[in-house]
Amino acid sequence: MQNKDSIKNILLIGIGLCLVCAAVISIIAVGLKELQKSNAILDQQKKIVAAADLKPFYGTTEAAFDSIEEIIIDIEEGLITDISSEKYDLSKELKDPSRHIVLSSLEDIATIKKRENFSKVFLEYREDQLNTVILPVRGYGLWGILYGYLAISSDLNTIVGLEFYQHKETPGLGAEVDNPKWKALWRGKKIYDENGEILIKVMKGKVDNTNEMSTYQVDGLSGATLTSNGVSNLLAYWLGDGGFKKFLNNLKQENLNG
Amino acid sequence: MAKTSEVLLSPIFKDNPIALQVLGICSALAVTSKLYPTLIMCVALTATITLSNFFISLIRNIVPSNIRIIVQMTIISSLVIIVDQLLKAYDYETSKTLSVFVGLIITNCIVMGRAEAYAMQNGPYMSMVDGFGNGLGYSVILIIVGSIRELIGSGQLLGVQIFPLVSEGGWYVSNNFFLLPPSSFLIIGLFIWFLRSWKTEQVEPAEFKMSKNAPKEVKAEHA
Repeated sequence: MQNKDSIKNILLIGIGLCLVCAAVISIIAVGLKELQKSNAILDQQKKIVAAADLKPFYGTTEAAFDSIEEIIIDIEEGLITDISSEKYDLSKELKDPSRHIVLSSLEDIATIKKRENFSKVFLEYREDQLNTVILPVRGYGLWGILYGYLAISSDLNTIVGLEFYQHKETPGLGAEVDNPKWKALWRGKKIYDENGEILIKVMKGKVDNTNEMSTYQVDGLSGATLTSNGVSNLLAYWLGDGGFKKFLNNLKQENLNG
Repeated sequence: MAKTSEVLLSPIFKDNPIALQVLGICSALAVTSKLYPTLIMCVALTATITLSNFFISLIRNIVPSNIRIIVQMTIISSLVIIVDQLLKAYDYETSKTLSVFVGLIITNCIVMGRAEAYAMQNGPYMSMVDGFGNGLGYSVILIIVGSIRELIGSGQLLGVQIFPLVSEGGWYVSNNFFLLPPSSFLIIGLFIWFLRSWKTEQVEPAEFKMSKNAPKEVKAEHA
């Protein structure tokens, strides 16, 4: 080319390159979109099934997930709504000011800033009896918000499992929230005492098993005090009055009556 | 023109992009706390740098020199986006661990550096070889750092427990410092030291001479 530094050539190359790159990226992004979407959904399903420990009973993740009922609840009222759960998307709920409330710093113990009005909750029944309730929870750790699922058994006070599907914690320290050994510690822990006070807590260091409170306590993650506190806080928030406490109480009532 | 094998192999020890040119340190610190994500990161970077060198070299003769940096950036970032998309589609778990660091390959100085220093002057084939070689050089350091950090930090390699931890009834007390990014500074520093003791031609001439400590009694005299 004779004059590659001419303005005409600069524009030509610039625009041409952008078009080519944009086209290639678009084709690849669109082509892979389905696969990525199904990956993300599968990942969530895996976490939900893992939190409720359903795989041993149903065999596969897919079978387990298919048996779970998805419902949308009104958090404020603590009641099940008849809104379809199919199109529910938490990020959309948090964008629409009429569909979430902004938390004051006093209420916001989990540092999540906004709480949706409607939440997608999962129920698992066995022989028409409620067996597990799986609640979405989230809260701030050290580097960002941890997103996860908490599974509670039919007495609505005993934890089955806690799984996080998204977080930014330090690998090897805070990210040990994904460690199976730590996750196993949650099983069987109690949430509320007789008066409905939330006692479940991640401790600093090891739990003294001779202590009568140990049934409400989980070992802290060593080297990750802030992540441990974050987990305690998010449980305190989501199991408290601002979160699912009302819904759980209503469910309990229903269980007793039904 | 240099020999292919020379171009391919010299970035590994002789002219290592991290150890000698001290480029791309950021990701070497950030993604190396476990070996598996480190390996994926190495593959991602090597693929990006190889292809970016190839494409940039292909169009080097028609790129106007005053927008060449933008052109390089466009090509590199397109490739990085593609790598990121592929990772999300085929290795979702790891893409979650690496999160933003795949995207940050765009700002990795090694990729830009090789594009500007090599691909703009050489043919497509040799540029690819150069890119691949530099990718390997980067990978060697990352794999060494990743292995050491995972082994000392959590007693594991690729998630397999090598040293049984005390907390699980074994004998090994893991060193949490090695899970934090600053430990890579230490490891990379030691690596550069070893490398320069082995290949002494890499040692730069001293910029100044250390003067000897003045003996005590002389000092006293001045005072």
